[in-house]
Amino acid sequence: MRVAVLRFPGTNCELDTHYAFAQLGADVEIVWHNEQKLPEGIDLVVLAGGFSYGDYLRSGAIARFSPIMKAVVEYANEGNFVLGICNGFQILTEIGLLPGALKRNNNLHFISKFQTIKVINNDNRFLSQCNTQEILTIPIAHADGNYYIDSEGLKEIESNGQVLLRYCDSNGEPLAINGSLNAIAGVCNKNKNVFGLMPHPERAIEDILGSMDGKKMLEGFMN
Amino acid sequence: MRAIVNVYLKEGVLDPQGKAIAHALDSLGFGELVKGVRVGKQMVLELNSTDEASAKIEVEKMCETLLANTVIEDYTIEF
Repeated sequence: MRVAVLRFPGTNCELDTHYAFAQLGADVEIVWHNEQKLPEGIDLVVLAGGFSYGDYLRSGAIARFSPIMKAVVEYANEGNFVLGICNGFQILTEIGLLPGALKRNNNLHFISKFQTIKVINNDNRFLSQCNTQEILTIPIAHADGNYYIDSEGLKEIESNGQVLLRYCDSNGEPLAINGSLNAIAGVCNKNKNVFGLMPHPERAIEDILGSMDGKKMLEGFMN
Repeated sequence: MRAIVNVYLKEGVLDPQGKAIAHALDSLGFGELVKGVRVGKQMVLELNSTDEASAKIEVEKMCETLLANTVIEDYTIEF
């Protein structure tokens, strides 16, 4: 299993992401955004969290024009796996690989806490190790995580099983933590090979971190 | 020549910043007058051109590709 983790100016979760996949036994490489090509023979591209280009203009708006992103779009369109975490999710929506957009949180706060999230669909590689309706505890840390899509698009992603995760309370009831429509915390594309989520699974991979639920998510790619 | 680009969240897309400002204006006593507030971004582009028509086409392209996210935002262009 070979994983490429992208690094843009301002990315700050690439080392945690590298560590998480290395712990799972993957061969991980960090790739600078100015590269024109992805390394040969990789099985997964991860866009890690952070503040690419200082979140100037909109989160992810400038990173999507980095040279490496052309290669990522090609790679995704060939049906290969791409995962965007937090700022990576924002970049994937900006470039159009994932539907919708991420707006400023409704309460205008940067929300940084452990959050319960519910698995909605597991008929995809990413969440294949989780059960549907399972409640996971994963850290979130974002100011722009308020998922928006027009009503037609929302119907479409809900009926296609593209909604991966919802924020929920400890009983599993949807929770309006940041204003996301239908409490959406993560989505995938129609082909179910491009995934994006605001929570940080790479920060929940060891007991000492307070949760190991993120490991279960990332393990989906390892089989 | 100068092009002024204004970017706003679309009508119908909840604007949390605008709402917070409207709330603050209300608590300052302007609530009766102020029906609503929308927050936008203004970008002022200094252009190497004197031809407004052709520049407008180019600035529109800039808005569609970078300056606005048309999933959630509308834009206006003024010269």
